[in-house]
Amino acid sequence: MERDDLIVNESYALNAKHSEEAGKQIRKKLYAVTILLTVITLVEVFMGVAFKRNGTFTWEAIKLTFLVLTLVKAAYIVLIFMHLGDERKNLKYVVLLPYALFIMYLIFIGLYEGVSVQTGHNIFG
Amino acid sequence: MAGQAEHVTTDELWGGNRSPFSVSYGKMMMWFFLVSDALTFGGLLTAYGVIRHGSSDLWPVGEQVFEALPGLHGSYPLMYVALMTFILIISSVTMVLAVEAGHRMDKKGVVKWLGLTIIGGFIFLGSQAWEWSHFIHGSGGGFQINQPMTVTAADDAGNTYQITLDNGSWVHMTSDFGHKYEHAMEAAEEPVSHDAHGGHGEHAAAETHEDISTMVPEEIILNKYTLEHKDGKDLRKLVVKGDDVKKIWAAKEEGSMAFGANMHKNEYAIQQQYANFFFFVTGFHGFHVFSGVLINVIIWLMAIKGVFEKRGHYEMIEKIGLYWHFVDLVWVFVFTFFYLI
Repeated sequence: MERDDLIVNESYALNAKHSEEAGKQIRKKLYAVTILLTVITLVEVFMGVAFKRNGTFTWEAIKLTFLVLTLVKAAYIVLIFMHLGDERKNLKYVVLLPYALFIMYLIFIGLYEGVSVQTGHNIFG
Repeated sequence: MAGQAEHVTTDELWGGNRSPFSVSYGKMMMWFFLVSDALTFGGLLTAYGVIRHGSSDLWPVGEQVFEALPGLHGSYPLMYVALMTFILIISSVTMVLAVEAGHRMDKKGVVKWLGLTIIGGFIFLGSQAWEWSHFIHGSGGGFQINQPMTVTAADDAGNTYQITLDNGSWVHMTSDFGHKYEHAMEAAEEPVSHDAHGGHGEHAAAETHEDISTMVPEEIILNKYTLEHKDGKDLRKLVVKGDDVKKIWAAKEEGSMAFGANMHKNEYAIQQQYANFFFFVTGFHGFHVFSGVLINVIIWLMAIKGVFEKRGHYEMIEKIGLYWHFVDLVWVFVFTFFYLI
C-alpha cells in the first residue's frame, strides 16, 4: 500500500508552507482570536451569575444572547482555529450544509416534541 | 507503516485531474469523521433539550449546582467550570500554534506547542475528574416530603417568607448534617463492612454511636438548586429553622433520600435524567478529550523523533489539531447548555 499523504502536486495544498513574516501575521490573528474567545467566555460567566431566571422576557433575551455568543465562539473555532474559513468553498459547504440542515431539523422536531410532552403532562397530569 | 513513495501523482490517487477539495485524503476524512461525531453530540444535546422541555418540574440551575472550588468553602458560582473552559480554549490555542509552527517546518516549535497542548489536556481531564467527584459526592443531600405544609423561611439578608410546600417538594440538608446522616445511614445498613468505605471508613465507624432515628437537622434549605427568582423576589437557598424543621423532618419520604448523584438517584433534581445526561454527555466529551490526549502524545513522540521532518510536511499536526479543536468546540456547547442556560 502506498502512502497517500505524500503529494507533490500543488493542488492539494498539503505542502502549504509559509515564511517567518507570514507566520508572524498568522500568530497575531490567533492571539486576537484567543483574547476574543476568553472575553466572550468571561461575559457568559458574568451573565450566568448576575442575571436571575424568572420566566420573564428578560430571561428569554439572555438565553438568546447565550446562544448567539456560543455560535460566535463556535464560528471562530471552526473558521479560524480549524481554518475551515481558508479551505475551498466546496469543502466548506460539504461540511457545514448537511450538518446545519440536519441539526436544525433535529432541534426543531425534538423541542417541539418536548413541549408537547410537557403540555400533555400539564393537561392530563 | 507503509513505505515512502515520493512521487505519487494525482492521477494515481484520485483518478481525476485534481483534488476536488484541495485537501489530502486524510484531512478530508478527518473532516467527515468530525461531522459525524458532531451529529452524535448534536443528538445528545438535543435529547437533553427534549427531556428538559418535556419536564413539568423545575430543572436545576447551573450556577446553583456548580458553585464549589477545590479546597475552598463558600459559593463561587460557575467559577470552576469557567476555569475549565479557559484551560480548554488555551490548549486549543497552543494546538493551533503547533500547526502554524509545522507550516514553517519548525520542529522545535511543534514539539513545544504540542507538548503544552498535552499538558492542557491533562489539566482539563483532572478538573473534570474533580468535578465529577464533587457531583457524585454531593453537598448535603436532600429528600422529598410526603405532605403539603407551609413553613417560614429566611434568606441571607434576614427577610422571612411564608413558603407553601407541595406534597413531593424537594428539600435539602446542610452539608455538615447531610454528610453525617449519610454515614449514619450507611453504617445502619451495613454495620459489618464500614471499613470498605475507604476514606469514609473512620467516619462511618465513629458515626455508629449516633442513632439514626434520633438525628434531627438544625436547618433545612429550600430552593437549593432550582428556583432562582419568583415574582421579583430572590427565593434561592432559603433557610428553615426551629419547629418547622421538625415538621419537615417528620414528613420526609424515607425512600427519596438522595446524596450526591448516581445512576438511580440524585439530590439536584426530581428528574433523574438531569444526572444521567450530565454523566453521559460530559463523560462522552471527557472520553473524547482522553483519546485526544493519547493521540496528541503519540504524534508528539513522532514529532520528536523527526518523522514529519523526514516526511517533508507536518500535515499530521493539522489533522490531530482538527480533532482537538473539535473537542474544544463541543465543550463550548456543553458549557452553554449544562451550565449557563
